Amino acid sequence: MNDKPEKLIDKKGLRLDGRKLDELRPVKIEVGVISNADGSAYIEHGKNKILAGVYGPREVHPKHLALPDRTVLKCRYHMAPFSVQERKSPAPSRREIELSKVIRESLEPAIFMEYYPRTMIDVFVEVLQADGGTRCASITAAALALADSGIPMRDLVVACAAGKVEEKIVLDLMDTEDKLGSADVPVALMPNLNAVTLLQMDGILSTDEFESAVNLALEGCKQIYALQKEALRTKYVSIKEENKEEAEE
Amino acid sequence: MPIFLEKRQLVTPGDLIAEGEYIAGENTYMEKNKIYASRVGIVEYETKKLDVVALKSFYVPRMEDMVIGTITEVGFSGWMVDINSPYPALLRASDVLSRSFRPQQDDLPQVLDVGDLVVAKIVSYDRTHDPQLTVAEPGLGKITRGQIVKITPTKIPRVIGRKGSMISMIKQETGCNIILGVNGVVLITGKTLEDEQLAMMAILKIEEESHTTGLTDRITKMLKEAKSGKEEKKDE
Repeated sequence: MNDKPEKLIDKKGLRLDGRKLDELRPVKIEVGVISNADGSAYIEHGKNKILAGVYGPREVHPKHLALPDRTVLKCRYHMAPFSVQERKSPAPSRREIELSKVIRESLEPAIFMEYYPRTMIDVFVEVLQADGGTRCASITAAALALADSGIPMRDLVVACAAGKVEEKIVLDLMDTEDKLGSADVPVALMPNLNAVTLLQMDGILSTDEFESAVNLALEGCKQIYALQKEALRTKYVSIKEENKEEAEE
Repeated sequence: MPIFLEKRQLVTPGDLIAEGEYIAGENTYMEKNKIYASRVGIVEYETKKLDVVALKSFYVPRMEDMVIGTITEVGFSGWMVDINSPYPALLRASDVLSRSFRPQQDDLPQVLDVGDLVVAKIVSYDRTHDPQLTVAEPGLGKITRGQIVKITPTKIPRVIGRKGSMISMIKQETGCNIILGVNGVVLITGKTLEDEQLAMMAILKIEEESHTTGLTDRITKMLKEAKSGKEEKKDE
């Protein structure tokens, strides 16, 4: 696993895992997986496995953090010690604290914060297995968990990354590509409002490259959005269909 | 000015419902003359006003609502009540005692203690103040017996049914008295535990399948079957 692959993109233009340059990893999403949480979601994005739970709106503890005109959104992004090759200390690292903030700020525009003053919404994101692009998958799952909990939202939030690997712009980097590649651009999008809520860039890109990376990432977002919506509907449609079958019998 | 969705269609937050001169009703919002859904739910409309009936939500207090709550804290001159909402409710001692409260003589935990359940009405609430309750009306007060079921608050209207058809049917079939708290807490009191459990089952089934059609008939069927099954056992 620690061997450095010679080429990240082969002669046919296929990547290490056989994907085309503009191809997403397989995504599987499930909603309502934690019965103790008010809302929850689970996502498998390639080899990433991420669980998100939402609690609230509820009373603020400690009380002095409450805001008189809006709700407080709290996010905790955490990686399980077994989520990466080398054991990760369970204590929140600098990186995790930053990602918590990034996830919070990309979800905030989607929530009607002013509806429930003096309350708090807790979002917990637990990475069970990581393979590059966890922040994007986390945002996708957290937005679903929020919608599942019944918190009013302007739109769902979907996130996807694009980057530069061996002088080529590619969609949805996995861990090796992220580490050996030269740039990574995660983008979070509210698809119906066509509003970007997160845009970061790590590495060096020319303006043209940056633009094509953002456009590619947006395309990826839209593909994941379809799956996200489907997952949310499936939770309720399955009950509907069961009854249909019963009626037909 | 089209409506993009049919009646009773499932929507997720951000779905565009209509464009033009419509009124954004419950669980929807308007932006740039377009109406979007803000919760997972089912679209309902009559002429101008568009609503989304949420499939899951939480209780937001409103004045005059009848709720069922649990005492969480005994204070100096009243109780804190958990009414299944983001905000804790306040119940004043003078209200329960229906006279002015005398700190020297009145022992509050003896009147209502932590864990007790009360049926109460909300007398005041706004964005800046926590809700305040009253029990000084007939039918309100401490709950002494029965079963409690919690369901999503938005589904209370479904349990009531059109003009109360669903709830009166359950009451009739099970012989239980049912009090619906608008906050999603339901109190069932019946003659026997079996009757109460049957009513509980019916209400939980309604919650799970609230977005499907022909529910009243299915629930009636289920209750009748359960009852006849019980009678057969008795005959044996």
